[in-house]
Amino acid sequence: MFAEFLQFLLSGVTVGAAYGLVALGFSIIYNASHVINFAQGEFVMLGGMSTVFLMAAGLPMPVAVVLAVLVTVVLGLLLEKLAIEPARGAGVVPLIIITIGASIFLRGVAQVAMDREFHAMPPFTGDAPIMIAGATILPQSLWVFGGMAVMGMLLWYFFARARFGKAMLATAYNPLAARLIGVNTRLVLLCSFGLSALLGSVAGILLAPITFTSYDVGIMLGLKGFCAAILGGMGHGAGAVVGGLIVGIAEAMGAGYISSEYKDAIAFIIILLVLFFMPNGLFGKRTTERV
Amino acid sequence: MTRHFIKRTLAILLTAAAALAFGAPGAPASETIRIGTFLSVTGPASFLGDPELKTLRMYIESINKDGGVLGRKLELVHYDVQHLADKAKTAIKRLIEDDKVDVIIGPSTTGTTMATIPLVERAGIPMISLAGAVVIINPVKKWVFKTPHTDRMACAKIFGDMKKRGFTRIGMISGTGGFGKSMRGQCKGLAADFGISVLADETYGPKDSDMTPQLTKIKNTKGLQAVLNPGFGQGPAIVTKNFRQLGMGMSLYQSHGVASKKYIELAGAAAEGVRLPAAALLVADQLADNDPQKVVVVGYKKAFEKRWGSAVSTFGGHAYDGLQLAISAIARAGSTDKEKVRAEIEKTSGYIGTGGIVHMSPDDHLGLSLSAFRMLEIKNGEWTLVD
Repeated sequence: MFAEFLQFLLSGVTVGAAYGLVALGFSIIYNASHVINFAQGEFVMLGGMSTVFLMAAGLPMPVAVVLAVLVTVVLGLLLEKLAIEPARGAGVVPLIIITIGASIFLRGVAQVAMDREFHAMPPFTGDAPIMIAGATILPQSLWVFGGMAVMGMLLWYFFARARFGKAMLATAYNPLAARLIGVNTRLVLLCSFGLSALLGSVAGILLAPITFTSYDVGIMLGLKGFCAAILGGMGHGAGAVVGGLIVGIAEAMGAGYISSEYKDAIAFIIILLVLFFMPNGLFGKRTTERV
Repeated sequence: MTRHFIKRTLAILLTAAAALAFGAPGAPASETIRIGTFLSVTGPASFLGDPELKTLRMYIESINKDGGVLGRKLELVHYDVQHLADKAKTAIKRLIEDDKVDVIIGPSTTGTTMATIPLVERAGIPMISLAGAVVIINPVKKWVFKTPHTDRMACAKIFGDMKKRGFTRIGMISGTGGFGKSMRGQCKGLAADFGISVLADETYGPKDSDMTPQLTKIKNTKGLQAVLNPGFGQGPAIVTKNFRQLGMGMSLYQSHGVASKKYIELAGAAAEGVRLPAAALLVADQLADNDPQKVVVVGYKKAFEKRWGSAVSTFGGHAYDGLQLAISAIARAGSTDKEKVRAEIEKTSGYIGTGGIVHMSPDDHLGLSLSAFRMLEIKNGEWTLVD
């Protein structure tokens, strides 16, 4: 009985850590611009797919991983330069729509430039499951979990302590005032895309050995990550992590104890409940606007 | 206002008349035999449509090089419909009304097939589907045929093997896509006939990335001896990996939906010992020399692998069989008259294809028996023949 519960928990934590990483990516761009970047899932896909293809080209895994992250970051920067920046004055909603277009575009390019098949990636440190009190977890799941913890902490430090992180927050809050006190808001926006592309690609690479990767793997991950970000409070680092874990664990428990038929519905039920009853999420501050 | 309207209508009518007179759409009947197809070349079912289209292209080229059929060249008209029923409906309308094809091969999936059957039946044009589910041909539709084994046959083959090994208490974990859903229903209906009881029945979504919760439930169901996983795509590969991760200690059976090298590649070492029913094509080299299918499957396998440089899958084989059934029916009918061709397809008897030996009849638009399936086991990363 306990072993069963523990297995559901471990499964949920693995998947939840992945959602958390994607949610962190949403948070960064949101913090810099109040834009929700729906191409976040595609960064995840690009990380995993590029690694697989670079390895197929004969590169050793560490080199392929680093290159794949670089490729994704460059694409993230290009996305900002070529699609977001020219429309900077357009307001938040048009920018969000641009990111939806960008996600479709990136999927299409990946489909043509790479291929449409599923690919497996070897795990970082072996395939032998680790036994914990009758439940099992793969070593790769620990990598995902560790990756999320490290990234989450770095980001927390970045936004709470580092000067540039604070400049990002200032830009999101009031771009004009931020410019007046000398923040380079263009650079901030550019960096936010680079940074969340980096996060996305890391998530994609950590996940690929567990879930496989393909050109359209980003759609579902992006949506679930979005749910996690909303649940945790958009723009809140720790919130993204906690939100991801809650969504992941709720899914696993739901599949285990209620019915696996509704597994995918659980994340979306959570998002509806959150939007109805606490639109700022678990950690989000209540914002009031002065008129 | 009215005059303007009349003028415009006249103009449209004139253009239409001119188009008719000069025969713009559709080539004259005496020139080529037009074979229409609409497959899932992109999207989640691309592993079906991609080898199917490659197979059709390759064989139509070589048939044309040898002079065609009835002295006429073959022409392939293709639309990619992904796995979308709406796209399939548009494609079938274009094939029938604009392209005026003589016979249709495809589509790849059960969903797209079922969506287009009413249009095909109304237009009266022979269609040979490459999709799996039994609902396509049962009840029989006048104009619709298919080449792949049905999910019902797969269930029977698997249950037969389980019985032989003494497994009577099993669990199922099924994909919720069209294929998994259909096969799950067929297997549950058939289990009692084999004295098998399905004690755990779980499902997973087509894009799920982790099935350990479902498998944990199955693991904790007392007394199970085997698990059956109907589904296709990456889902079964994840199930297989999770199955080994949890150390389930039972036998795992997959369906013919994973009968391609990709499955072994994705699941890796976890696939060792997995059993599944599949067409003889996968084990072409292991067939006995006196096996009637040997020549056909080895020939197709060699031709495909030489031309495309990738491993053969049973799905391309379904397209090969579909094309052969169609052109031999056209040859026997001596024309592309749709009713005659349809009747000849229905009379197909003793055709030896990649999927098995086909004997069609007015009540059986598939014509394969259970012997067409072979039970395979994965050993050292290769398919091996069990019986």
